[in-house]
Amino acid sequence: MKSLIRSSIAVLVACALLFYASYTLNATSNAGGAGVITVYNWGEYIDPDLITQFEEETGIHVIYETFDSNEAMLTKIQQGGSAYDVAVPSEYMVEKMAEEGLLLPLDPSKIPNLAHIDPYFLNLPFDPGNRYSIPYFWGTLGIVYNPNLVPEGLTFDSWQDLWDPALKQKVFLYDGAREVVGMGLNSIGESLNVKDEALLRRATDHLKTLVPNIKGVIGDEITPLMVNNEAAVALTFSGQAADMMAENEDLEYSVPREGSNLWFDNFVIPKTSKNIEGAHAFINFMLDAEVGAQNADYVGYSTPNAAAMELMDEEVVTDERFYPTGEQRKNLEVYQNLGPEWMGKYSEYFMEFKMAL
Amino acid sequence: MSAKSRSRAPIVPYAVWMVLFVIAPIALVLYYSFLDLDRHFTLANYRNFFSSAYLTMTLTSFWYAAIITFFTLLISYPTAYLLTRTKHKNLWLILIIIPSWINLLLKTYAFIGILGLHGPINALLETLGFDPTQMLFTDFSFILVVVYIFIPFMILPIFGSLDKLDRSLVYAARDLGASGWDTFRRVIFPLTISGVKSGIQVTFIPALSLFMITRLIAGNKVITLGTAIEEQFLVADNWGMGSTIAVFLILVMVLIMMATGTSRKGGRA
Repeated sequence: MKSLIRSSIAVLVACALLFYASYTLNATSNAGGAGVITVYNWGEYIDPDLITQFEEETGIHVIYETFDSNEAMLTKIQQGGSAYDVAVPSEYMVEKMAEEGLLLPLDPSKIPNLAHIDPYFLNLPFDPGNRYSIPYFWGTLGIVYNPNLVPEGLTFDSWQDLWDPALKQKVFLYDGAREVVGMGLNSIGESLNVKDEALLRRATDHLKTLVPNIKGVIGDEITPLMVNNEAAVALTFSGQAADMMAENEDLEYSVPREGSNLWFDNFVIPKTSKNIEGAHAFINFMLDAEVGAQNADYVGYSTPNAAAMELMDEEVVTDERFYPTGEQRKNLEVYQNLGPEWMGKYSEYFMEFKMAL
Repeated sequence: MSAKSRSRAPIVPYAVWMVLFVIAPIALVLYYSFLDLDRHFTLANYRNFFSSAYLTMTLTSFWYAAIITFFTLLISYPTAYLLTRTKHKNLWLILIIIPSWINLLLKTYAFIGILGLHGPINALLETLGFDPTQMLFTDFSFILVVVYIFIPFMILPIFGSLDKLDRSLVYAARDLGASGWDTFRRVIFPLTISGVKSGIQVTFIPALSLFMITRLIAGNKVITLGTAIEEQFLVADNWGMGSTIAVFLILVMVLIMMATGTSRKGGRA
């Protein structure tokens, strides 16, 4: 009997500990309120000195937390246990969160530095009138390649270059349904947001003809492979390409002319916010010209902040690979939120393609 | 409290634990598998499973799991046998088991370095006069890494049953004129089959649902049911379909447990 009681207690204690752990995990930032804000951002996506500077200037203490996927961030905000004041979702996630009522409308009068943002990046389809979001960084999806490892003449200014017979077993793709199926759609001259079974089928069939050239479909592991000259060609995001090129000067980045993806990560104020004033102050601070320039230098992604760009190194902001001109941007499209049904179809077609490998 | 209920009482904590952490999650998976995207009851997930690529995927998963189990067994049985014949067998056993204490992902990342174009294996090949080749992202590298990971788990149960084997039965077989191979085939192997069966269980079942290694080492050229479940939950946000695939994975596991379950009949050895 004694052992029974003991083990029952053990089970109960274990349960209690689990509940306590999940409670404290959810409540880490419940301390939110006046004088404190909690910022929820991607990893390595801000210059930490700027947080200190913000704290010194405003006296608001910043709790800084990071996430590694939009979905993980969404789940934590949906649960509502944490008082996040500022989050940085990508564009399709902004749309989804707005639809689900997880965002608070921004008050433009409290963000005067909004005027610094290039109008091209405002009033975009995923958030008309910038009711809920302001772009933080932006970029493209394209091809990073090592000119020493591919035949001369291949510049990847067309997706079709990926199909070059000389690239047998040399191409790496990014492991994402939207990215790969979208690339397939672009390569047959269609939009990467189509909701049309026939087009998706054609795009997938076209992608399957790329199979002999594909070495692997992987994630962030591609960075060391490209840096160490172990991989020749990879489909990747501009920001990641910039990281690779900083470490291996031979690499080149190209966005094919048929069109590709244009992405944005954006400041939003989630419903969980307990210090809405502080959140606005933080966003306004980050949009300051000098702060924006310092941050863009540190992070290495493309900034939408026109005033900051004027303070930055001329060579950086005129680099058309990372700051494409208006003409080049014409064929770039933002991922729209397709809804669960079509997202499911994209991922089934992607699975079918992976099965063909 | 009657004698009978007293004798059953110790099972209560175990039962509570099982219901909370084994039965409830499986029931939830089963429940979700009947829900569509709008959380309505549907059989569409099952129809989808049987009509699309998932059947092929199940077969490929099976095929790779079978190959992996075969090679793991091929290496583990002789190793376990030799271990029982060594002087400090427990020391050797520990040395083989220690790598299994290291996190699986860490070991996988180590292999990315070992098999890579500038890794030690290619350096060796180069000094021998061969051209370096990229060994990552091939079926070969995938099977190599997974077999390496599973070997300790296969050796343990086989070592256990070989160690318990009564040597006098082997001597008797040899005395009565059986050749070395005959002794192995008709005496040693049948008597250690239970160890082999548990070894197969602990290899085959996890091999069916591997997922991170398929991307890190095989570059997604090997697709298993585990990959499909991950994709449905994390990317497609379709918990219904993900659960349906999981239900089939659980069914397959139960079947394998039954097929390799050690019968209590016989009672020898």
